[in-house]
Amino acid sequence: MSHLTAWPVFLPLIAGFILILAHMGGIRLQRVISFLTVIGLVLLSMALISATSSDQYQVYLLGNWTAPFGIVLVLDRLSALMVLITSLLAVGALWYAMTTDTDKKGAHFHILFQLQLFGLNGAFLTGDVFNLFVFFEVLLLASYGLLLHGNGRLRTKAGLHYVVINLVGSTLFLFAVGALYGVLGTLNIADMAAKIAVAPQEDLGVIAAAGLLLLVVFGVKAAMFPLYLWMPSAYANTSAPVAALFAIMTKVGIYSIIRVHGTIFGSEAGELSYFYAPWVLGLGLVTLFLAALGVMAARGLREQVAYLVLASVATLLIGVGLMSPAALNATLYYLIHSTLIAGAMFLLADVVLRGRGAYQDRFESGPFMPNAILIGSVLMIGAIAMTGMPPLSGFFGKVLILSAALDDSWFAAIITVVLVSGLITILSMARSGSLIFYKTLSDDAVLPSDRGEPLNRMAFIAVIGLLLSSPVLVIFAQPITAFTEATAHQVFNSTAYIEAVLSTPMVTEANK
Amino acid sequence: MEWLISIAIGVLTATGVYLTLRARTFPVVLGLTLLAYAVNIFLFAMGRLTVGLPAVIDKTAQAAQYSDPLPQALVLTAIVIAFGMTAFLIVLALKARGELGNDHVDGLDVDAENNSNKEVK
Repeated sequence: MSHLTAWPVFLPLIAGFILILAHMGGIRLQRVISFLTVIGLVLLSMALISATSSDQYQVYLLGNWTAPFGIVLVLDRLSALMVLITSLLAVGALWYAMTTDTDKKGAHFHILFQLQLFGLNGAFLTGDVFNLFVFFEVLLLASYGLLLHGNGRLRTKAGLHYVVINLVGSTLFLFAVGALYGVLGTLNIADMAAKIAVAPQEDLGVIAAAGLLLLVVFGVKAAMFPLYLWMPSAYANTSAPVAALFAIMTKVGIYSIIRVHGTIFGSEAGELSYFYAPWVLGLGLVTLFLAALGVMAARGLREQVAYLVLASVATLLIGVGLMSPAALNATLYYLIHSTLIAGAMFLLADVVLRGRGAYQDRFESGPFMPNAILIGSVLMIGAIAMTGMPPLSGFFGKVLILSAALDDSWFAAIITVVLVSGLITILSMARSGSLIFYKTLSDDAVLPSDRGEPLNRMAFIAVIGLLLSSPVLVIFAQPITAFTEATAHQVFNSTAYIEAVLSTPMVTEANK
Repeated sequence: MEWLISIAIGVLTATGVYLTLRARTFPVVLGLTLLAYAVNIFLFAMGRLTVGLPAVIDKTAQAAQYSDPLPQALVLTAIVIAFGMTAFLIVLALKARGELGNDHVDGLDVDAENNSNKEVK
């Protein structure tokens, strides 16, 4: 039993505690600690990736209690991948927050940031449903603080909606977990999956209801139709680094569906095997279409990016709903791409907002911003990646998902919706780009006080760095898809997961 | 006892849902609190309703039956989390009341929002 599995969870927690003490040492000390922690997390997650390369499950028994009696942390390829994406995104978001002084706008930005990472990594690594609930609460509570970081009336309003819907979600989560425990008598994901396979016929209705209730909870997190209404305004009105970090938050919902539903209601579950998949697929299609309309109707660049994130989540839901290893492989590839690019786009929207002064990111003619050629070119590259045009990674992800959809009986609907909404988003991005960068006002039409600030080159590094992931994903497409393919096969092999978790022996003096 | 518990859960949930759908922040806070109470009782009942049984397995008595200790631990966690969240939500509702000028969950009414947008320009 290697302690490596537990470190991504505990490192940010320890850093958070140290940061509370470092508060007296000033912002510079906090920045150093926070940034070193995030860099450490990137290195750790690289180590996690290499530790999972042999298809081994690393099961960590907390308190040395064997499953299903104790809580376990389970590291497999999927968890390692999610932790790696989170820490890469965190580096970009934190760099941007530090270089633009966003972290000075409130007292405890760095502490909340680290606790957010603690919750995220915990949610990705836990193998226990109730523990997943607790980590959800940790990451939510940190996200409430981060979302409201800084000030603004619209931010408070959007924050209130976000908090209320997530509290309702938490209550539903408890109802679902309680019902599952009442019927199955366990909270361990692997043990639940094993018990469902032998559950008596009369209990299946309750189990199915609890499973769909869990899907609602994860749907709130992932912003699935009709539960996405909180998401665009919350993401559009918060500060840019927080919005960038939140690009992973919707993916927590996707991950939970893959992990919890994919394992509990996997191929072993008899009658309930993958019974949730048509719901995910259908709702994903509806979400995608509405997200495309939202992209078209957005009034500002940040709102538009939020709807683009929604569209990418919907594409992921379609991939999950297809329920085949090929589709999951495509979904995971698209997940890496969409998370990192969405983070870059939120930061880029903030760069545009700063460059346009009083005109902010609203879609109306504004002054010619400083360094417009550089920002405009980068925005175009980002838009190409985000909307899924060749030659960048969004295109490859979509092609993989669509080719996996060809075997599905819904393929006509899927291809129509994905292509039509893709066209709508391309047109909308082209319109907003030309509005911001071409239809500018002449210099004497703009008051000097309304002018924007010059480009913050240090902060721009974060945007470029995150955007670079897209060409990297294309150039190294072969090894990356090989990894996601192995991940997808491992996820579908839920028997091995169950056996690995339930057969891990406790640590004694002999096998230490 | 079963029907009493189930009616209690049902009434608490129904009032909670009703209050959560109200337009003012204070009823929403109350509604979420009631929902949290409902889910606590529900979790408790999921360990099965028992009377007069030992809390955990009693080795000396060799009891065949015992009350399930796990839901009690779950309820404890859920209470703590719900308590903290409610406190946070109340503070947030007060902040919203202060910044938005009223206690409607959507903050401003439409006219005021349009006017404030013009001011920003």
